[in-house]
Amino acid sequence: MIATRDAYGEALKELGKINENIVVLDADLSGSTKTSVFAKSYPERFFNVGIAEQNLIGTAAGLAAAGKIPFASTFAMFATGRAFEVIRNSVCYPNLNVKIAATHAGLTVGEDGATHQALEDISLMRSLPNMVVLSPADGIEAKQCIYEAAKHNGPVYIRLGRAKTPVIFDENYKFEIGKGVELKEGTDITIIATGVMVERALTASEKLLEEGIKARVINMSTIKPIDKDIIIKAAKETKGIVTVEEHSIIGGLGSAVAEVVVENHLTPVVRIGTMDTFGESGDGFKLLDKYGLNVENIINKAKELL
Amino acid sequence: MELKEIARKIRVDIIEMLEASQSGHPGGSLSAVEILTALYFKEMNIDPANPKSEDRDRFVLSKGHGTPVLYGTLAERGFFPKEELKSFRKLGSMLQGHPDMKEIPGVDMTTGSLGQGLAAANGMALAGKLNNKDYRVYAVIGDGECQEGLIWEAAMLSAHYKLDNITVFLDYNGLQIDGPNKEIMNIDPIDEKFKAFGWNVLTIDGHSIDEIIRSIGEAKETKDKPTIIIAKTSKGKGISFMENQVGWHGKAPSAEEAQKALEELGGAK
Repeated sequence: MIATRDAYGEALKELGKINENIVVLDADLSGSTKTSVFAKSYPERFFNVGIAEQNLIGTAAGLAAAGKIPFASTFAMFATGRAFEVIRNSVCYPNLNVKIAATHAGLTVGEDGATHQALEDISLMRSLPNMVVLSPADGIEAKQCIYEAAKHNGPVYIRLGRAKTPVIFDENYKFEIGKGVELKEGTDITIIATGVMVERALTASEKLLEEGIKARVINMSTIKPIDKDIIIKAAKETKGIVTVEEHSIIGGLGSAVAEVVVENHLTPVVRIGTMDTFGESGDGFKLLDKYGLNVENIINKAKELL
Repeated sequence: MELKEIARKIRVDIIEMLEASQSGHPGGSLSAVEILTALYFKEMNIDPANPKSEDRDRFVLSKGHGTPVLYGTLAERGFFPKEELKSFRKLGSMLQGHPDMKEIPGVDMTTGSLGQGLAAANGMALAGKLNNKDYRVYAVIGDGECQEGLIWEAAMLSAHYKLDNITVFLDYNGLQIDGPNKEIMNIDPIDEKFKAFGWNVLTIDGHSIDEIIRSIGEAKETKDKPTIIIAKTSKGKGISFMENQVGWHGKAPSAEEAQKALEELGGAK
């Protein structure tokens, strides 16, 4: 078990050693986002801007314009919502090399409740030209996302979580920006999941197999640019697609997949995510269950498509 | 060439550009002519043949709607042919309505959405310190723009990180789109606000090239503090019927008005 935010801290520290152009910014949450790990090793390359998310992004834009590779971090809610227009106009429009690594995304923030549960961040970031949107499924993949983001020349949004989640991949796993990965073969139905929901999608697939239903599972860790080929292939080879994300069903992974499917007249798509609603306080994983982001719901929705 | 004559030519460029495009912002462009003239023709270490040099001084026009003065200045300084100015704001032109750093040689930061330029300038100044470069970062912000919260987030940062390599001009012309700042949302006492935020604050006549140059010299001498130069200016400066008129914030002159303006400026060339 490891939280993707912990992997982020480790990756930053390693990257800082390899590339001295890496700089890190935080908005008074460096203990929570784990940028403090980098700050400890490279204090001169760490900037705490205080509780000021617009300034976090604006300063990062200037650093990038002068040749640095800034990683700007805070909670996903404030990184994307509070600072949205600065990201749009000062980062994405000039296509500057800013990485936004946002932690505490989704319902699994838990007890802090609706104000802190970013359920719209993928939607917001996905709508911006030039922005690459990454949503890793576990600590191993999160680390690789950070490395690849640093290599990519341009804005990248990396969605990270607070909660410790099971490790899915081994060290041989190879993440590539823009590529979905088939984790399980299947010819009846396809489940496309992202982030912490990948593990639940895998469990659902195992249970479906016990009933003789072969569900293909795809990890879609790049939401943008979305891997159209893997979606089209799945749509043609199985009877339908269930998407699963710890995010609103409006504008996130489900929408991205549905757009590809509908433009190619392919197959039914059912989206699992939070409905048109805010979250509430409570244990993060119990919240996932309450809002339908659970194994049972995936199984039920998959069966409906058969 | 004398700086005053350069400033006059930039004003001519502004009027001709706006007349050709029939769109854009004359008022807040004409108010900042002397500031950009002093920076680009006297102070800044820049090379039009090598606009991306790592060691160059940087300039951020945070009040991005002032593109006519920026483009006029860059063209006069040789960053691109003056011929380009006629395409300002037209389809297919590199001269976008607000500055686009991807397209235009000499533009260091994309701006236009008010309040964002100072934060970006800070980032450039931080990078300069990190890299032990002695380049300086200059920014022009508007007075109305000081109503944006991000200006103050950024102002705090410049002082906190002791960015003495950044110099900001506040183009204090007193007017915003809807009327005088004092009526819309008073920003005064603006000098005391910046002082309270830890800045070195100078107040000058923003149309006196001598005062501008002297104040930049003072800013360079100031250690461990960012400097803001509050430049008292007139919106629409140099054109009698535009001066201090709210209506000329974002309106292009007709052919007749342009002709009159050019006559006041002493002819086109």
